Amino acid sequence: MSRPLVASFFDRMHAHPFFRKHSRKAVIFVPYVWLLVFFLLPFFIILKISVSEMEVATFLPLLKYRDGIVSLALNVSHYLFIFEDELYSATYLASLKYAAVTTFWCLFIGYPFAYFMARAKATIQPALLMLVMLPFWTSFLLRVYAWKGLLMESGWVSELLIAVHADDLLLHLGLITAPGKFMYTPFSLVLGMVYTYLPFMVLPLYATLSKMDLRLLEAAADLGATPWVGFWKITVPLSKAGIIAGSMLVFIPCIGEYVIPELLGGPSTMMIGRVLWDEFFSNNDWPMASSVAVVVILLIIVPLALFNKYQAEATEARA
Amino acid sequence: MTPATAAPATLQIRDVVKDFGGGSVAVNHVSLDIHKGEIFALLGSSGCGKTTLLRMLAGFEIPTQGSILLDGQDLAGLPPYLRPINMMFQSYALFPHLTVWDNIAFGLKRDGMPKERIAERVEAMLKLVQLPKYAKRKPHQLSGGQQQRVALARSLAKRPQLMLLDEPLGALDKKLREETQIELVNIIHEVGVTCVMVTHDQEEAMTMATRIAVMSEGKILQVGAPAEIYETPATRFVADFIGNVNMMEGTVAVDEPDMVEIDCGYCRHRVGHGITGTVGMEVSVALRPEKIRLSRTKPEGQVNQVQGTVRDRSYFGSFTVYNLELAGGRRLKVSESNVERHREDAPAEGQVAWATWPDTAQVVLTQ
Repeated sequence: MSRPLVASFFDRMHAHPFFRKHSRKAVIFVPYVWLLVFFLLPFFIILKISVSEMEVATFLPLLKYRDGIVSLALNVSHYLFIFEDELYSATYLASLKYAAVTTFWCLFIGYPFAYFMARAKATIQPALLMLVMLPFWTSFLLRVYAWKGLLMESGWVSELLIAVHADDLLLHLGLITAPGKFMYTPFSLVLGMVYTYLPFMVLPLYATLSKMDLRLLEAAADLGATPWVGFWKITVPLSKAGIIAGSMLVFIPCIGEYVIPELLGGPSTMMIGRVLWDEFFSNNDWPMASSVAVVVILLIIVPLALFNKYQAEATEARA
Repeated sequence: MTPATAAPATLQIRDVVKDFGGGSVAVNHVSLDIHKGEIFALLGSSGCGKTTLLRMLAGFEIPTQGSILLDGQDLAGLPPYLRPINMMFQSYALFPHLTVWDNIAFGLKRDGMPKERIAERVEAMLKLVQLPKYAKRKPHQLSGGQQQRVALARSLAKRPQLMLLDEPLGALDKKLREETQIELVNIIHEVGVTCVMVTHDQEEAMTMATRIAVMSEGKILQVGAPAEIYETPATRFVADFIGNVNMMEGTVAVDEPDMVEIDCGYCRHRVGHGITGTVGMEVSVALRPEKIRLSRTKPEGQVNQVQGTVRDRSYFGSFTVYNLELAGGRRLKVSESNVERHREDAPAEGQVAWATWPDTAQVVLTQ
């Protein structure tokens, strides 16, 4: 055996019964520990804070023992407050709305994008894919800041929109508040979010569309389907998995988005991420902030659970 | 054989050329007449242009030149979805997200047929291919043979004027393929649809087709009934492509109206029919292995016989194939059917044997 020492060490290690038996578990173990320490644990801390009572700057313990009685004190007043105060419900709804609108536009722009990318010549597809991923080479924060410059008065996107009278239309639709002013409006917010999250829609769509068997479209045409009908009856249903995956990848982070509303949104586009920040760092009301955070997580878990359910069903159908 | 009818052919292919560019012409000046109710096979090895021709009929490719007429109507400019032609794809191309029922109904729905009539037609189609119990299944829940039948039902559902079959049995294993060949032909005859099929499998073409066109390098070499193609190939290529053949080069020695003799040097042929040729002309004699007999003693006469040594012998059950080495290292393949069990005088390996054949066995080829 002329294998180097290190390689032969690994050979022996792989051959060891313990390693053979547990190697798979060992590989899964690392990310599990990571998630446990940096996600589940903080979540329980937040959950605990959200039901705690605060006195000056300390949290009172949840469990109390006095005169042989153990009492558990859960302060749910913050949760009740969330449901009573219209600010919160309105902000949650606004977050859902902007996330949904962003998802819609990402799908609307991303689908044709991914479609033509998947149907382009095989030789130029890697280049097109590269173009989609190119924005990731620059910091997300910088790119959002750049939009600020572009949309400001005398910014050239702003000038262009005015030149084609797009501001009249946006004003008419209530997406901006004054002619020629695009910043700090629902328009600038959604534009920034669509811009940022578009690649997350395009990539899973491209993955499903490029795998599609084009002979199915020939078969559809052969059976009398026009290209338009073939698209809706064959291509779209077969790319359902990509549509759902892309929509989840856009919708879920959009709900909790903080940076884009902060930089591009205005007072009329309050989203829950912003409220969360304010509660934590302006009001210093940690139990309140934690309650808001828990509700956000629940809000995100529902669509995620639906997604998982769909995926499980799809895998079952294929098996 | 071509049905003797005065009516023009259902499908007329007139001087069709398809040039994809890049130097090679996929389909090179092809003209064909295909008659009503025929199962017409385009036979050739891969890359011979048969699939391109089929795709032009379906409308997926546009001919560079020439025209295609279906029942007198020129198909030029008609997209696939407007042609009264349906195709059964090699890969079946069943829609994976639709049930068997919806796959068959797909084409009918596109025609805007009323719901009750669609249901009626789909039920009839399922019955035709013996799959009524599988209507609710998805394609991936079916076996290869069942998928093939769904594909057949789907392409027949619209009652096309012309049905195209692209390697219809290519994806099935050998045993299933043999069973399905007959079944497929029966169904096609029951429906009475005109068919053009593409295959590289000569047995498939022989069993299924009423007529075969042998294609090579974009051209049609010969068109005829299966027996015609096999027994009287027109060219060396066709003789070689269809079945096994011994090819012997020689010159015409005697040329008479009802007989010719061809001298191959190591063997002299007497052929019992005249040819269009002259004495001294170089020709090939094609001789099928199953038309040759072997004996261990020298047969009578001087012609249509050759001596050789058995180099190997392969037993196939119903027949045995001998490989004879002739003078000068030439080889001769002989196939004898095993009509007797354990024939005693069968030449063994290494033994000298005489091969002989009747004067009706050979085909003289000049091109």
